[in-house]
Parts: sequence; structure tokens; C-alpha cells
Amino acid sequence: MAEQRFPVEASHILMFARAIGDPNPAYSDPDSPEAKAAGGIVAPPTFSMASWQFQDEHPLRPDPAKPWFGSGKEPTGRVSSGGGGGGGGGGGLHAEQHFEYHQPLRPGMVLIATTKPGKTWEKESRRGGTLKFSENVTEYRDESTGELVVTARGVGVRTERPVSKEA
Amino acid sequence: MTVKRNDIKVGDSKTQVVFDNLTRSQIVMYAGASGDYNPLHSDEIFTTKVAGYPSVFAHGMLSMGATGRVLTDWFGADGLTKYGVRFVNQVWPGDTLTATATVDAIREEDGIAFADLTVSTTNQDGQPVVTGTATARLDS
Repeated sequence: MAEQRFPVEASHILMFARAIGDPNPAYSDPDSPEAKAAGGIVAPPTFSMASWQFQDEHPLRPDPAKPWFGSGKEPTGRVSSGGGGGGGGGGGLHAEQHFEYHQPLRPGMVLIATTKPGKTWEKESRRGGTLKFSENVTEYRDESTGELVVTARGVGVRTERPVSKEA
Repeated sequence: MTVKRNDIKVGDSKTQVVFDNLTRSQIVMYAGASGDYNPLHSDEIFTTKVAGYPSVFAHGMLSMGATGRVLTDWFGADGLTKYGVRFVNQVWPGDTLTATATVDAIREEDGIAFADLTVSTTNQDGQPVVTGTATARLDS
């Protein structure tokens, strides 16, 4: 059971809101009517995914001290684990993501994220061959109160072959 | 920003274009902000030559995040109690994404009113890319 600290910062919320293309001032301007209506700046609903930034090591973040599977001089720095890894569910592509919000997520909060593996299952698909699904559940708690802020459930899928609209 | 219970009814719907001609740079922004640097989303050489896809493609979470706009613009940035989706088709550079949220039910729990919604986002070909559900808190 992995546990991880996630300090929630206003500048990170601003960057994240820009990255999802959402200009809502509730995410950046405390004096805006939108932020006031929300009781102050809040984070966008999917922001807790950005906790990956605060993991000491992450398989989907390049580390200059290690080979990286993306391109450099060559198209790949090492043998791919098949389909690239990743997804909120812990493998392959991201199949599903579900959030429950227990209280607003605000800048200044420090979250403690605890992740537990969930179910695994398989399905046959015409496009991707045998699909292997795996689930994980992450609870984000406010470090200062211990109260739940967000519960996130991710499902990842590993495919036998690349899946795209042209496949 | 919260919606009042009497101002909303089952069947009400909102639709919004959340990305028009999604760019690779936008996808790179999402990688940088989220911490998901999977080369499938930013590294065209790896993605086409090694992974075997026709091009880089967006993070599912970029589509889910963008889809959330139709909900938070309607119910307020702190208005949701639940939001969940399935990623049903990939999103490619150049795609235009249109998100729709529809009220399925209005109900009360412990004296608080909630709207249960269906959400779906389609690309320019009308194919769904994200489908899911959400629940928003309503003012009495």
C-alpha cells in the first residue's frame, strides 16, 4: 500500500486548468465571482491525478540517470514493456476513471494519497486482442485533519496489440 | 454558482465545444501539468516507430478534464460530488471535442438535493471518446 504526500499549490492548479483548456477563474482568481461562489480557489475535478508529480520516482517520468523508453538518438531508449505503460489503473492504457468528492480541494492543502490495488479481469476484443484490466483505488486525505477529500478509482488496460481507429 | 433545485429539470442538457482542433502542444501542456510524461502522448517518433500508433494521442485524462468544463460551468467549480468516465475512443491531434451533460434524475438525500447526469464527449466524426456520469449538488 503506497502512501504519498501531495502539496496542493495555487500555481500548479493554474497550470493544470490551462492544460485542460479550462479558463474558469475559479481556478486562478480568488476575487472572481466564480471563485467566491466556490468559497475561494478550488482545483478542477480531475486535479488529483497530478499527484504523480510528487512521487519520488515514476515510471512515466524521465529520469536522466536511467534509460527512457521514449526517443532520443534512437526511436526508443530501451525495449518497451508493450503499449507504453501508464493509465490511472496501473498498466497499459487508461480505460476508466472515477472520482468521488468529499470536500473542495483547495490550494494550501497537503494531501496524503494511499493507493490500493483493486480487481483484475480479462475481456476479448476484436480491436486489441485479449484485454487485461486492472483497477486501483486512491484515497486522498487532508494531512491536517485526516478527512477524506477525494477518492479516485482508476482502471487500466493492457492490450495485445496497439488499438486505434485505424486498427 | 450552484444551480437551484427549482431551476433545473430532468432532460435539461448543455453542450459545449471543449477543444477545437486539439494541438500537440496542448497535449504537451497536459503532460507537464499532470506529470504523465508517457511518450505515447508527446513523442511522435516513439509512438509511430516503436509503439505502432498512427500518431501521438491525448491522455484520457486530458479529455476527462476538458469534459468536466461542461459540468463545472453549469454547477460551479465545487459543485460535483461524483464524476466518472470510460475512455471509449482515442483522441488525436486535430480532433474537435464536444461535451454534453444531461440531467437524468433529481433526488434528495439527507435533505440535500442532487442532480444525476450523463456526460459524453464526441469527436468531429460524432464518435464518442468519453462517456460517463456525474452527480452535482443543488441549492434548495
